[in-house]
Formats: sequence, structure tokens, C-alpha cells
Amino acid sequence: MIKLIGILVIGVGFALRFNTLLVVVVAGVVTGLVSGISFNAIMAEFGRLFVLDRYMTLPIVMMLPVVGLLERYGLRERAETLIRRSSAATAGRVILLYTAVRQASIALGVNVGGHAGAVRPLIAPLAEGAARVRHGELSKRMVDWIRANAAAAENVGNFFGEDIFIAVGSILLMKAFFAGLGIEVSSWAMALWGIPTALAAFAVMGWRAHALDRRLAGEAARRRDA
Amino acid sequence: MSLISLNSFYILAGAFMMATALRVALDRGNPRRSTTALFWGLLGASFVFGSSLNPVIVGYGVLGMTVLAATGRVGASRERTTGREERLRSAERLRDRLFRPALLVPVTAIAGSLFFGRIHWHGISLVDSANLSVTSVGIGAVLALLAGLRLTRAPALVAMGEGSRLLQAVGWALILPQALAALGGLFAQAGVGAVVAGLVEQALPTQHAWVAVAAYCVGMMLFTMCMGNALAAFAVVTGGIGVPLIVHAHGGNPAIMAAIGMLSGYCGTLLTPMAANFNLVPVMLLDLDDKNAVIRAQAPVAAALFSFNLLLMEFCVYRF
Repeated sequence: MIKLIGILVIGVGFALRFNTLLVVVVAGVVTGLVSGISFNAIMAEFGRLFVLDRYMTLPIVMMLPVVGLLERYGLRERAETLIRRSSAATAGRVILLYTAVRQASIALGVNVGGHAGAVRPLIAPLAEGAARVRHGELSKRMVDWIRANAAAAENVGNFFGEDIFIAVGSILLMKAFFAGLGIEVSSWAMALWGIPTALAAFAVMGWRAHALDRRLAGEAARRRDA
Repeated sequence: MSLISLNSFYILAGAFMMATALRVALDRGNPRRSTTALFWGLLGASFVFGSSLNPVIVGYGVLGMTVLAATGRVGASRERTTGREERLRSAERLRDRLFRPALLVPVTAIAGSLFFGRIHWHGISLVDSANLSVTSVGIGAVLALLAGLRLTRAPALVAMGEGSRLLQAVGWALILPQALAALGGLFAQAGVGAVVAGLVEQALPTQHAWVAVAAYCVGMMLFTMCMGNALAAFAVVTGGIGVPLIVHAHGGNPAIMAAIGMLSGYCGTLLTPMAANFNLVPVMLLDLDDKNAVIRAQAPVAAALFSFNLLLMEFCVYRF
């Protein structure tokens, strides 16, 4: 039971809004100490895993110079201009289309997109531009909500598309896990059973996209009335 | 042997962070310039030399970065950039050519997954096939940067400055994903998962087949929320609840259980600040006021998909 103290530290730390990084490191140190691991060994484990998991940070860092450069020369402005020409475009439809592209590509094993590579430079400006054409200037709160939904599309498309591809890390992990227990499980069966949820995820994002468009329209109507 | 390994990109990214540290150190306008420069310098060093450094030293370096961040000593320098007017003029001049470098990244990703793994001469491969997806992004980013520099005719230092501006906008949150992954590893080493699985087994009437499914799905979601990672939760929850109860005790289908169980875990990923690279880094990257904005946008999706997964598994796992 005492080993669960790390989870308690996380819960309390997040609730009291301490610095997230500090909460995480303290939770790790406390959990290690109550489990009888020495402080130096905890630091060694932190260091080893920190170095091992550099791949999580790498794509964002690699994308920043080119994204910054293109933004300096008007990439986001160009995306907004382009979307103005399409009369059918709405923020919700842009986001839903991105979800579909993200799901379909990663289901085929191709990882395109990303928060730094696609959402910030392309998808968010396209969605904001489409919303401006329809509803005029947007409040910062509405801009933030559009962007948050674009980020959600990136995550949902990514998570609920990848398990259809049999060579993805999670399927390989599941297969290896069962092999370790002597249970024979086919990768194809696991990938197949990922399809219903993938379709449901797209439908749910369709509902969210529709809700976003309605909220934008409602906000705009309220402003006109005021 | 491979010509372009993951480590080459770690060195490149680390050099970029160190260059950011240097820019900050030379910026007299930043009141926290020495501590901010130290933060980026430490992080850059962990990228450039990480594979050869003693892990204990890296661990203390992470501790140092954490102290700097928690005491508010990491502050962004004001990097000069263009205003909206200038950007509109430039967008008018370059038009759709601006998209070409940005699109090079997905094109490289596609080419990478199709061809890069197969290119080799005399036993030396072009890229490290074990890390194909991350290396493809790295190659794509470099190609895109070169194309962008050619298109805009901007000096490389300008791209460097813009990159530094965005890097500092993300700030210390950048290392949260790695710190959380390290925490997950420590949890696993300490055996936190086994304790949780034991508690669930004691607390619930798992002799009913449907209760076992509910316990497994809820367990995957909650545990993923605690660890920030569904893959880490999978081994613990499937080993503790899924295999002994659903597969062995009640004769459920392991493939259906695993596939839908993992996707229930992903619903947890949508809800937790512990999955920092998905839920917190974008908040900084997109300049959102509410730290929980992305999680708030995802909460209805997670609730709907979790219910779907639970019902799907209840109906199918004992039938096929």
C-alpha cells in the first residue's frame, strides 16, 4: 500500500497546482525511497529513462526551426487566405477532415501530422480562418477552443487509428506480452478488433465538430444581438 | 550499421538547444538569462552526450532542470519576429509555395515507411530500421528546413532564431513527457501496478464474468491516467486482472480483450495531464490560456468512446 504514495503525491500536487515537473520528480523519488531504492539509484533510473525516451521530444524540437521560419514568412496567414475561398469550409469540418486523414494514414503505418508539424502551422490556422469567414472576428476564448479541438483531433486520430496497423508498437507489445505467458494471439485478430472503435472514434469526432460549429454560431449570434 | 541513426538527430536537436542557450546567455534584456541558459544548456547536453554519459549524472541534471523550472528561473527571451502586416505581404508574395516545405515532412514520412528501410549498401543501411518513424520525421524536418531557407532566401540564423522563439514558448514543459516516462519506469520497478491490481481483485466481485470485463476496462483507463501511458498500464492491468480473470477464469478471447482493453487505456490518455506530450505540450505550442483546454476538449470524446469500448467488450469477448 505504501508504494501508492507516488500516486497520492501526483493527485495532491496537481490539485494544488504545484509545478508539474516538480510534482513528477518528487513522486518518483518518494516512490523509490519507500520501496527501498537509494537516492543515487533513483537518480540513475531517472537519468537512464530520460535519455532512453528522448525520442518523445525529438519530433517537436526538430520541427520548430522550419515551422518558425515559415510562420515568419506568412504560412498561417496564407492558410487563412486559402480557406476563405472555400464556401463549404467550417472550423468543425476542417478538424473532422484532419481526423480522417490522421486515422487513415496511421492505420496504413504512415505517421503524418503532429502538434508541432501540422496542428500549429496548418490545421489550427485553417480552422480559425474558416470560422472567421463565417462569424467575423473571434474572441480569444473562441480561438483557444478551436485550437484545443484541433489538438484533440490530432490525438484522437492518432490513438484510434494506429491499432489497426499490425506493425505498430502497441500491437507488437501485446503480442510479446501474451507470448511471454505462453498464450498464442494473432496480430491480425487484434488489429481487426481495433476497427469498430476506430469507426466509433470518427463518428464521435463528427459529433464534436458539429458541436464546435454550433457553439461558434451561437457565440456569433449572441454578439450580434448584444 | 546505419548511415543516419537516431543518435545523429539527438545530436542535431541538442546542438540547437545549446545554441538557444547561447542566444539567451547573450541577451541582456532577459532578467533570468543565466539560469534560463543553464536550463537549455543542460537539456542540450543530455541530447548530445546522453548515450555516453553516466545515467546518475543525467539524473542529477534532470533534478537541476526541475529545480530551475519549479523556482521560476526559466524565462523566455524576447526574440524578434515579424508583425502581422509584414507576414501578410510576404504571404501575398510567396503564395502557395509556402506550403511546399511544410508538406515535405509528411511526404518524407510516407517515403520513409515505404522505402528507407530497404536501402542499404554492403551491409550499411541508410537509416536505422528500428526507429524508422522517428528518423523519417527527422529527415523530413531537415529537408523541409533546407527547402524553406531556399524559398525564403532567409539566412540560416533567422530560422535558428525563430526556432528558439518557439522552443522558449514551449519552455520547461518540453521535458515533461520524458520525466513522466521516467516516473512510469520507477513505478514499474517499485511494483506499484501489482499493488493496484491486488486491490481491485479484493474489492470487486470478479466471479461474475461481466464484472471482470468492467474491472479490466476501468482498470486500463484509470491506470493509464495515473501512468500517463497505456502501454505501461497494459502489462500491469492485463497481467493482474485481464489474463487471470477474463481469459483463465471465464474463458474470454485474449485478442478481443487486448485490442479493446488497449483502446480503453487510450481513453484514459485523453483525460490525463500525465500524458504531457499529447495534452500539455500542445497547450504551450498553441498558446492557450487554460492549461487543461485540450483535456477539456477531449473529455466528451473519451467518455463516449470508453462506454463504446466497455459495451463492445461485454458483448464480444465471451462470444467469439
